[in-house]
Amino acid sequence: MKSISRKEAMAGYSFASPWLVGFLLFMAYPLAASIYFSLCDYSVLKAPVWVGLDNYAMLLHDELFWTALKNTMIYAVFALPAGMATAIILAMLLNSKVKGMAAYRTFFFIPSLVPQVSLAILWRWVLDGEHGVLNPLLNKLHIPGPNWLGDPHWVMPSLVIMAMWGVGNAMLIYLAGLQDVPVQLIEAADLDGATSWQKTKNVTLPMISPVILFNLVMGIIGSLQVFTVPYIMFPNGAPAHSTYFYTEYLFDNAFRYHKMGYASAMGWLMFVMILILTMFSLKMSEKHVHYQGS
Amino acid sequence: MLLGKILVFLFVILQMALACGFIAGIVMAIVRHSQAKKVLIQCALVGLSEVFLFPFVWLILTALKPIDETMSMPIKWIPSKFMWGNFVDAAIYGHESLGYYPFLVYAVNTIVICILIVAGTVASNSIVAYSFARLRWPGRDIAFGLTLATMMIPFPVLMVPVFALFRHLDWIGTYRPLWVPAWFGSAFSIFLLRQFFRTIPFELTEAAKLDGASEWRIFRTIVLPLSKASLAVVALFSFMGAWNDFLGPLIYLLDQKTFTLSLGLQAYQSQNGGTSWNLVMAASAMVIAPVIILFFFTQKLFIQGIAVTGLKG
Repeated sequence: MKSISRKEAMAGYSFASPWLVGFLLFMAYPLAASIYFSLCDYSVLKAPVWVGLDNYAMLLHDELFWTALKNTMIYAVFALPAGMATAIILAMLLNSKVKGMAAYRTFFFIPSLVPQVSLAILWRWVLDGEHGVLNPLLNKLHIPGPNWLGDPHWVMPSLVIMAMWGVGNAMLIYLAGLQDVPVQLIEAADLDGATSWQKTKNVTLPMISPVILFNLVMGIIGSLQVFTVPYIMFPNGAPAHSTYFYTEYLFDNAFRYHKMGYASAMGWLMFVMILILTMFSLKMSEKHVHYQGS
Repeated sequence: MLLGKILVFLFVILQMALACGFIAGIVMAIVRHSQAKKVLIQCALVGLSEVFLFPFVWLILTALKPIDETMSMPIKWIPSKFMWGNFVDAAIYGHESLGYYPFLVYAVNTIVICILIVAGTVASNSIVAYSFARLRWPGRDIAFGLTLATMMIPFPVLMVPVFALFRHLDWIGTYRPLWVPAWFGSAFSIFLLRQFFRTIPFELTEAAKLDGASEWRIFRTIVLPLSKASLAVVALFSFMGAWNDFLGPLIYLLDQKTFTLSLGLQAYQSQNGGTSWNLVMAASAMVIAPVIILFFFTQKLFIQGIAVTGLKG
């Protein structure tokens, strides 16, 4: 390697300096401070008092913590695969060279532009048990509509449906991946007499597997942090804490009860969970993800 | 209501065409016609489009209804009278005594914050990305790796210490916690711009370097002018992020007078939801419309930007 000129290195550091400062101030420091706070009794109003692992011990016996964690996991387990499948299917339909692709792409994408607050309010109005529009529509098809927002068994499906509605971003990423699949591969499969399903399973999906992995990891990180929509649609996790999510409980601890140390402990646990799940998906994917040119 | 009748008529025609298309597609599949798949896919796309657009149609229809028709059962699909005035009412509605302000106030606040955030994001990230993409310095690759890793850190972990930091600076209740961090770069934008900057041929900048141009000059006169599209992508994403942000304003803003549209909309619906759904929907539509209009004018950039994030990641 050519020796780096002093001048260039100086320029490099000074150009990067805003981020170097930003990284230290808004990433590295908070991350470290959050460990410290998680080991303290801290209300922001007074200086933190060291309590060791008390916060973590308390979490283990906190029923609401387990409820919130359970709800979040259930949400992730359903919303993530449902969203990914929706996004892939939409992308495949868009990639099938029919007329009007640009228009359909726009239609499917628009929902993901909607601000979360508006999304929550809009769906509250669509799903409302008494005056909502979805149940009368279902009744016309002779399907009895459930009480989407009031029945603890149906609130989770409601949130999953909303997640499926807003998969536009992932859909566009899949579409870009699909458009990069070499035409020769598909043609070769055609010559071998492969059916559509065989082509999808043996050619297309392996070719876009890196994109699937990327969306999976982003999806894990995103769905564990779900906050705005349930916070607005279901104040305090109504009905009966069935929609009380991890980040909501963390937020309430921090800014409602001023238990900042406790909230920090929850934050760190979340970070560790995300790390483990991400590592796990990367590890699991080694066998299944196909990288072009490697 | 002629307009309403025309809309219903068009809708019925579309459904009939769709049904015919499906039947035709199935028949073609049975006789193994080569175009069967195309017809069925076309129909599926139309049907799915309806499903995806339906909530928006319902939003607009509700926003245009007189109040007594919003909750009437059976559902009154088309308003007996299009109440365009609902939008005006929602925009200027406000009761200082009750603690809420007209939407126009929230809109101005949001625009101010968005401008500060977009300006900061473009300025800081382009400079930083230039360093990562085109300058060599010891530790650069490690720093870049760390930068990418920060994208995995969930915001809730950082929330408490960052709040404590801003509280220490006495910034709670001001806009500063929302826009100042934007001026210090963000991993996602750095990554995006770095990918673009690296595609600019190095010969272009080497020649300028031999002529004795400073890095700043090369950055300003060669790299930036060639990167307008990618800068626009970053500006666009940061605008959308700022416009849609809810958690940030929720944590840092205290006074209703300073609220953003997201916060204002939430306050508005918790007061009026369940009563004046038509006004709540009109207000909602006004929060959603700007992003959708912006998307229509910038579609190409947008789609490229999103594709890059997935493929190069």
